[in-house]
Amino acid sequence: MLSGCTRREPKADLRILNGPEIQSLDPHIITGQADMRVVLSLFEGLTRFSPLNGDGIPAIAERWDISPNGKTYIFHLRTNAAWSTGDPITAEDFVFSWRRALDARTGGDYAALLFYIKNGEEFNTGKIKDPSELGAKALDAHTLRVELKNPTPFLLELCASPALAVVPKPAIERYGDKWVQLRPFPCSGAYTLEFWRLNDRARVRKNPHYWDATNTELELVDFIPCDSANTAINIYATGHADVLWDKNLLPTDLLDVLRRRPDCHSYDYLGTYFIRFNVTRKPFTDPRVRKALALAVDKERIVKRITRGGEKSASHLTPDGMANYQPPDGLGYDPDAARRLLRDAGYPNGKDFPRFQFLFNPGPANQQIGVELQAMWRTELGLEMDLRQAEQKVFFDDQSKLNYDVCRSSWIGDYKDPNTFLDIFISNSGNNRTGWASPSYDALIAQANAEPNAAKRAKLLEQAEILLVRDDLPIFPLYFYSGLVLFDTNHWDGIGLQGNLVDQHNVNFIKRKKSVVRRPLSVVHGVERPADDGQRTTDN
Amino acid sequence: MYFLKRILFMVPLVLLISFFAFGLLKLAPGGPFSQQRAPASEAIRKSIEAKYHLDEPWLKQYLRYLGLLWERDASGRLHRVSGGLIVGDLGPSFKYRDHSVNDIIAQALPVSLTLGAIAFVFAQCVGIPLGFYAAMRRGRWGDYFGSFIAILAVCIPPLVVGPVLIMIFSIRLGWFPPGLWGTPIYAVLPMIALGLFYSGKIARLMRESLLNTLQSEFITTARAKGLSESKIMAKHAFRLAVLPVVSYSGPLLADLLTGSFVVEAAFQIPGIGVFMVNSMLNLDQPMTVGLVLLYAILLLLLNLAVDFSYSLLDPRVRL
Repeated sequence: MLSGCTRREPKADLRILNGPEIQSLDPHIITGQADMRVVLSLFEGLTRFSPLNGDGIPAIAERWDISPNGKTYIFHLRTNAAWSTGDPITAEDFVFSWRRALDARTGGDYAALLFYIKNGEEFNTGKIKDPSELGAKALDAHTLRVELKNPTPFLLELCASPALAVVPKPAIERYGDKWVQLRPFPCSGAYTLEFWRLNDRARVRKNPHYWDATNTELELVDFIPCDSANTAINIYATGHADVLWDKNLLPTDLLDVLRRRPDCHSYDYLGTYFIRFNVTRKPFTDPRVRKALALAVDKERIVKRITRGGEKSASHLTPDGMANYQPPDGLGYDPDAARRLLRDAGYPNGKDFPRFQFLFNPGPANQQIGVELQAMWRTELGLEMDLRQAEQKVFFDDQSKLNYDVCRSSWIGDYKDPNTFLDIFISNSGNNRTGWASPSYDALIAQANAEPNAAKRAKLLEQAEILLVRDDLPIFPLYFYSGLVLFDTNHWDGIGLQGNLVDQHNVNFIKRKKSVVRRPLSVVHGVERPADDGQRTTDN
Repeated sequence: MYFLKRILFMVPLVLLISFFAFGLLKLAPGGPFSQQRAPASEAIRKSIEAKYHLDEPWLKQYLRYLGLLWERDASGRLHRVSGGLIVGDLGPSFKYRDHSVNDIIAQALPVSLTLGAIAFVFAQCVGIPLGFYAAMRRGRWGDYFGSFIAILAVCIPPLVVGPVLIMIFSIRLGWFPPGLWGTPIYAVLPMIALGLFYSGKIARLMRESLLNTLQSEFITTARAKGLSESKIMAKHAFRLAVLPVVSYSGPLLADLLTGSFVVEAAFQIPGIGVFMVNSMLNLDQPMTVGLVLLYAILLLLLNLAVDFSYSLLDPRVRL
């Protein structure tokens, strides 16, 4: 019984406070950001995320050829890419892995990332039974031919995501779902699994068979789960962890103090906080009402007074910094226009406007934002709103069943292309959750995705987004997320922040700095951190 | 014989508890797989539901959970479904998809047991002497002092004690780690945070009970017989006075052994208490039912142990 109390294990080279406990080690099943950090150290795909800008850079594929119409990719795999068992990784392994990821029986929520492959969606939904019709074929052991439904400019980023990672065929064929419990754990990434104890830590060890093992410096890395922000900051501040890597692990009350520390780094992050309207419920069926509500919200106040983590207020859904895309401006803050619109809709000064509800889930700022919206809509428009908090599972259930009036929402993009945000509002998307169905929007998105010319494609996507944030407003954005991470730049190198919008990091890029200038961590500096800390890239 | 009967009686009781836990969770709003990101297709949602049999009527799901369901296989022969409560299999976790509920309990329970056991010993070792001392010094400064400490311990919940301990002994003094789990030094602060409240409670119980006992006739008789005060206390009064503490210890131990959400969360301890709360929030049904059953069985067994210890301590009780 005392075994739980008397462990003696070597200290890991790097200890990361990773956020909520990971749900699975199966790259095709996981959805959480914390899960991805662990799993990306264990599994790799054709490409991996660059720490500098989140692009897909060569990994198991060392190079690729793209056909002129952008719909066929030939990937050339490294001949020295190997499993943790030492066996070579072949093109056939990728074909198997992608079929498995797409198979509905695998139950991966991220299978949609493979729908860009020819016949991917058809195979998933059972329209096509024969997996050999999937647009991924092994030409020989080290050549993979991928055919796409449409030219997909973000394919190389998709290839870096866990959903497209290569998984061990022999283990899965033999053990089915139980393959994740195998020890030693068969994997393809820079690290192998040492152990995973729930709510304690997942420890990974450098994989000697990894093709880039010579550039992988750290031998042992711990991923420590933590749900409580106060606990996390205590553990970090007393030196029991080296990196605190989840913004939710920073106590909101301390943000003003923490952000002045030299080891606190904030960066733009591919996520948007927005408000959904249930457009099937009166009076939100009227776009003038929705616009009025959006125009009456002072977003600047919300990011300055409530979130305070360096977030930027948003008028469009797609964050800035996307490849080849400049998002259109949506509605700003204009209470007079809001009042006029509300009057035109038949509710002068909010008269006869029914009392409605704001649905939100537990989260650091959600309640405060609800209260703020309540106050803004009451003072500017004379509307009465109640707040209703629901537990996570109830919240998402209500949201998808359209059991709400107005609802707190957010979306985290998977790759640096506007499509990852815009395709959630096509009519038949399970993520739409507003009741809004616009044939012209659907047509624009479909047209854009079939368009090989990048500039023309961007134009079409822009028109779609204008429909979303300027004309019809089934939603309106409040702010873009920012990420926050704590680590000492004097000790650690290779954690790319600004510019790495997707915020995906492979731990094998992290290195210990050789010459360490000790700077006391507990001292709160009154100045902004130095600009030349070597971590930030300014090319974005 | 008596104990055998009690143990046999536990079986229908556990079944009943499992039925209610299972049924109530089915009534809860929301779905275990409702989340921010919808499944990529309807086919995936269906396949997940089929995998966990969520597409069946709930009574059938319950029978499957118990393992009391027979299905025809491909060749048409009837087979009992594999696993089930009757063979001690608590099913898969919906949330931690690599793990079964049995796996998780096997990993987390030893940690909670360890922490609970040392907190229990701590509470007893502090509470009993403190209560004893206060009763002996009844109406004097020692009593006031002891009672004050006991009340203080009862009034400050672990929610406050934990962070205060961390602030003083970890952040300021650096004597103990502020959280995580490993060598024994990691267990010191959680032990105090968890045990302090109960030590106050035990001290108060002990004091009251000893004062009552000291007024009973057999103590007067013992005094009249000329026994020394220390012998009266140790041999006669204490044995009887400690009974309320013992009967309180049963449920207390069950409480402590199954982990505390507050303390485990505050110190990031990989115990069962965190799962108890989170599994409900996650609507991880098999996990919640499994933990409810675990708690129920522990409680029943410990109550039995309390009754047994009564027969040892109190000469008037014979089972």
